[in-house]
Amino acid sequence: MHIGNAAGFSVDRMDVGGPVADALIGSGQPAALFYETLAERTLAIAQRERRRDPKKGYTPDLAGFVGPVLKRSVSSGIPIIGNFGAANPMGAARRLHELAKELGIEGLRVAVVDGDDLREDIRGLRTEQWGNEKPLDLANTEILAANVYLGAQPIADALDLDPHIVVTGRVTDSALALGPLMQHFGWAAGDWDKLAAGVLAGHLLECGSQITGGYHADPGRKDVLGLANVGFPIAEVEADGSIVVTKPAGTGGVVNTRTVKEQILYELDDPTHYLTPDATLDISNVQVEQVGPDRVRVTGARGRAAPETLKVTISADGGWLGEGEISYAGPNAMARAKLAAQIMRERVNYLDLDCDLRTDLIGTVSIHDGDTGELTASFDGEPREVRMRAAANAHDEATAALVAREVESLYCDGPAGGGGVRRSTTWRVKTGSVLIPRSDVKPRVTLVTEDDL
Amino acid sequence: MISDDLIEVPLYEIAHGRTGDKGDRLNVSIIPFDDSGYDAIAEQATEARMLDMFRHRGATEVRRYDLPKLKAFNFVIENVLQGGVNNSLNLDGHGKTLSFHALTMTVRVTPAVLAAAEQAHGD
Repeated sequence: MHIGNAAGFSVDRMDVGGPVADALIGSGQPAALFYETLAERTLAIAQRERRRDPKKGYTPDLAGFVGPVLKRSVSSGIPIIGNFGAANPMGAARRLHELAKELGIEGLRVAVVDGDDLREDIRGLRTEQWGNEKPLDLANTEILAANVYLGAQPIADALDLDPHIVVTGRVTDSALALGPLMQHFGWAAGDWDKLAAGVLAGHLLECGSQITGGYHADPGRKDVLGLANVGFPIAEVEADGSIVVTKPAGTGGVVNTRTVKEQILYELDDPTHYLTPDATLDISNVQVEQVGPDRVRVTGARGRAAPETLKVTISADGGWLGEGEISYAGPNAMARAKLAAQIMRERVNYLDLDCDLRTDLIGTVSIHDGDTGELTASFDGEPREVRMRAAANAHDEATAALVAREVESLYCDGPAGGGGVRRSTTWRVKTGSVLIPRSDVKPRVTLVTEDDL
Repeated sequence: MISDDLIEVPLYEIAHGRTGDKGDRLNVSIIPFDDSGYDAIAEQATEARMLDMFRHRGATEVRRYDLPKLKAFNFVIENVLQGGVNNSLNLDGHGKTLSFHALTMTVRVTPAVLAAAEQAHGD
């Protein structure tokens, strides 16, 4: 079975699905195409959207992602699977039906997977600490979102209803690929090595181009051609769980053992215990082999039973971030930027602002530095230009906004020749995770046709 | 005689890597360009040295997982993201740029290991 991916995050390119869909159709093999668009904190923002407008709360670019491939996916019978339902999978299903109408597609069938949203219930559930993470103090906190990571079984169940699209809320990313593999091959609990291979296939694909040359290029060391037209990945998975990773012909990027090794280890902790709701994956025996141009075989995934608990990520208000930046260039740029940073620290004290402030000298070593500026202090270069950045965390929007505004005041009240101010104030979400017993989770699968609207 | 004298180079000359984040925890993969670089990294890129590389950011613990079949290493670094994407004041709350900091750690390698890595650059 061939599994394609056409998005690895919510701000991924929206024009990459076409070549993947065409390659899946051209292969003549059983296939599915998935989109992963849900970051950890996205659900809190989506819940806020939904409260403002009950029709919203799904991935804002839903139509942008699905529109370019929907016609060919429906006519070829290749299902689209996406967690783009976010905080409102039913709302996404309605929007997809509207989109089908706009595109002249009749008889669209959308299967919705939900039951992940535990915002109303989480305070009443038995929870355990997740790893060594300090839990959020829920007693005095408004819970903005609480979603359990569902596994692949409800996606496989949804595919049994023969839909054109499966829309989910929070599921573990790899489930978006494992679901169709389970449904196609009939893998079930107990087939741990095969389920683990499916988890690995999903893990390799879930970040889209990160396995086809994205997040990889380093000119002269790791050259990648054609990133402007990078091809998104396809995994060819056999019934025994062996995987070949490739990408559509005629696209940019590269699939080689380096891109695959980097992605195997991406966001991994203990390589023998990659926990998912579907299986525990052990990659310590995994090997990779280049078997053709842009074709890498991945073998050796081993599996053990899935954990008895599932992870719930809870989001709460995280205060406000205020940021401002100003540039200094030419002779003595470094000294003028340093002076600007010093003035900002003095101003925050002078105004007695209740916030945590950090200043950066961008153009030195700031992004690798800590909040105390140890690396920057030992930097002895003389850059041709330096951009001073001030950033502050505050409980309230007004304080954060004032710090950002103070950077713009430096035009007139700061060092000579400061220009190019940009400033912003951003709402922050904090997240924490807990574990709950699997038996407390009730995934739900619903088919939504035109008649249901 | 130039044959066996060890040469001190940044990891960047013989390896590549990628970071990923989960909360305030970072993982960094370190992957030799040529398999012959694996042993030098295994011997010298210790957990203690990696912790030193990130102490200025408040890192508290490093665990190294060796993957001899894959010819790669996974370093897991605790409390290095100054609050992570939720709370960091650093522009890069995810720590996406930090693989290139880890790759500045120096190691001593034989000319043969260095030559094999250089041969593999740009492939």
